Amino acid sequence: MKKTIMGNHAVSYGVRASEAKVISAYPITPQTHVVELLSEMCANGEIDAKFIKVESEHSAMAACVGASAAGSRAFTATSSQGLLLMTEMLHWAVGSRLPIVLANINRAIGPPWSIWTDQNDSLSMRDVGWVQIYCESNQETQDTIPQAFKIAEQLQLPVMLVLDAFFLSHTYEIVDILEAEEVRDFLPPYKPEIKLDVNEPHSFGNLASPDYYMELRYMIEEAMGEARELIKKTGKEFGERFGREYGLVHPYRCDDAETILVCSGTVASTVRAVIDQMREEGIKIGSLKMRVFRPFPFEEVREILGSAKKVAVLDRNISFGGHGIFFQEVKSALYGFTDIPVVGYILGLGGRDVTPEVLREVADKAINDKNPETYINWIGVKK
Amino acid sequence: MIEIRTHGRGGQGSVIASEILADAFFREGKFVQAFPAFGVERRGAPVMAFTRVSDTDIRERCQIYHPDHLVVLDSVLIDTVRITDGLKKGGWILINTGEDMKDSPLLKNNNVATVNASRIAIKHGLGSRSAPIVNTAIVGAFAAVTGLVSLDAVQEAIKAFVPLKEEENAAAAREAYENVTRIEMKK
Repeated sequence: MKKTIMGNHAVSYGVRASEAKVISAYPITPQTHVVELLSEMCANGEIDAKFIKVESEHSAMAACVGASAAGSRAFTATSSQGLLLMTEMLHWAVGSRLPIVLANINRAIGPPWSIWTDQNDSLSMRDVGWVQIYCESNQETQDTIPQAFKIAEQLQLPVMLVLDAFFLSHTYEIVDILEAEEVRDFLPPYKPEIKLDVNEPHSFGNLASPDYYMELRYMIEEAMGEARELIKKTGKEFGERFGREYGLVHPYRCDDAETILVCSGTVASTVRAVIDQMREEGIKIGSLKMRVFRPFPFEEVREILGSAKKVAVLDRNISFGGHGIFFQEVKSALYGFTDIPVVGYILGLGGRDVTPEVLREVADKAINDKNPETYINWIGVKK
Repeated sequence: MIEIRTHGRGGQGSVIASEILADAFFREGKFVQAFPAFGVERRGAPVMAFTRVSDTDIRERCQIYHPDHLVVLDSVLIDTVRITDGLKKGGWILINTGEDMKDSPLLKNNNVATVNASRIAIKHGLGSRSAPIVNTAIVGAFAAVTGLVSLDAVQEAIKAFVPLKEEENAAAAREAYENVTRIEMKK
C-alpha cells in the first residue's frame, strides 16, 4: 500500500518489515521519529520486538551488540554526536562480526551546534568496518533496510544506512510500504551459526594474541570484498521481487557524457534535474550516484568514469587538511587507470541548501575552469 | 510542477498543513513532496513549510525559492516576514484573516484570497481561543481558491494526518472551503 510518509518513518517501516527483534536507541534530532514510531509499533504489537530504552548512544550500541551476539536481529538509529559517542561500540560490532543495522541521519557535527545535514558524522566512521549505504529517497530508505539485514547476516558484518537530515528525514513523500509477510521469503529469520548460549557457551571478542589478530582483520577485509557482489545480488533480487532494483552505484546519462558529476545522498537526486536541463542545451553531461561508500565500488567507478573527459566530485563533507572524502576515494580508484582530471567541490555543509542553481554553477565551473584540479573548490562560501 | 510555500507560526500547524496538502494531491494521483524549513521550532516563531506537486517523479530536494502559491496562517507575518520573496506573478496568496484585503498592495502582482480560519478553528474547538490550530481550515480554503485539488481529497488527507478530532478538523476544512473570499490581481 502506498502512503505519504516522512523519511524517518520510512526507516521504521523498513525495520518493521524486516522483523527486527531488538531495538535500542537514544533520541537525538533529527533521528528521534525513527525510534518513536518503532516504540509505538512495539507497544501496539505491530512488530514483535523488544524495545530497550538506554541512557546514551554508547549503551544503545552496546545493547545491540549483546542482542545480536545472542542471536537476535538488532537495530538502532542515531545522528551526529550520537554516532560519535557510539564509536567504541561500532568497532566492537565489527570485530565481533555482528550483523547489526544502524540508520544514521546525517547531521553536521558541533560545535558550533548544528542540527542540519552533512556527511562528516558517518564518514568519520569510514575506517571502522561498517558497510555504508547512502539513500536519496524515502522509498530507497525503506527498501534498503531489509537488504541491509540480508547483507549483514550473510557477511556477519554490520551495515549503516545513511540519509540526509531534513531533506530526507523530515520530508514526506509517497512510499510503497513493505509488509513483513511479503519480505519474509527475501529475508528469512536470523539464525546465526554461533551465538551466546548458556547451554552451548561461546565467548565473543576474547583476547587475540599477535598470532591471531591479523588473520581476524584479514577476514573482515575479505567479507568487505565479498560485500560488493552481495550488495549487487541482493539489490537485484529485491528488484525481482518488489520491482525496484538497487546497486552499488547509479549512473545517469553517463554513456556519452564528457563530464560526470559524482554525488551522494539527496544531492544525487536533485542533480538529475540539472543534468536533464543541460542535456537539452546539448551539453554532454551525466551523473554518478554513489549508493555504497563502503566497500568502495572501485570497479564500477573505473568503468563508468573511465570514458569521461572530466570528473567532478561533489562532497557534502570535508577531511580537514585533505579534501572532500568522496573526492579522495574517487581519485584513488582512478589512479593508474586513467589520467582524466578529477575535480573536487565542497558544498552544502551544515545544511546549506544545494539547489539546482548551485549544482548548475558547479557543473559550469567543472566544464569551463581551465585548471580547477589544483585547489579545493568551495561552493558558496561567504568571505 | 506546482510549488507551494506555507508561512505560519510555531503551534499553528503550518508543517502539518504542508503535509496534508501533499497527501491530498497524492490521493488524486500526483507525485508529492512536503517538508518544513527548520531551526525555529518554537511556539510563536515564524515557520515555513514547502509542498511540491507534480505529474512526474519529483527530483528536486531543496527548499522552495520560487513558489507558485502562498498559504499564510498568520496575517501579521505579511508585515514582518518577506513572505512574497520569489513568489511567481499571478499566483494565489491565501491568508488567514478577517480583514478586508481589497486594497492590499499584494494585489499588485498576485491574486489574494482570505478566509477567517482562526474563527472557524475556534468554532470547531481546534486549539484554544488564544491559539487556534488553523491548518485544516486553511487547507480546505486552498482547495476552493485554486481548484487544484478536491475538498474530498483534502478531507481524507486531514483524517489520515490529524491525531485528534478528525471530524471537527474535516468540518473546519469544509466551512473554510465554503467561506473563502477571492480577490483578483489588479490589472
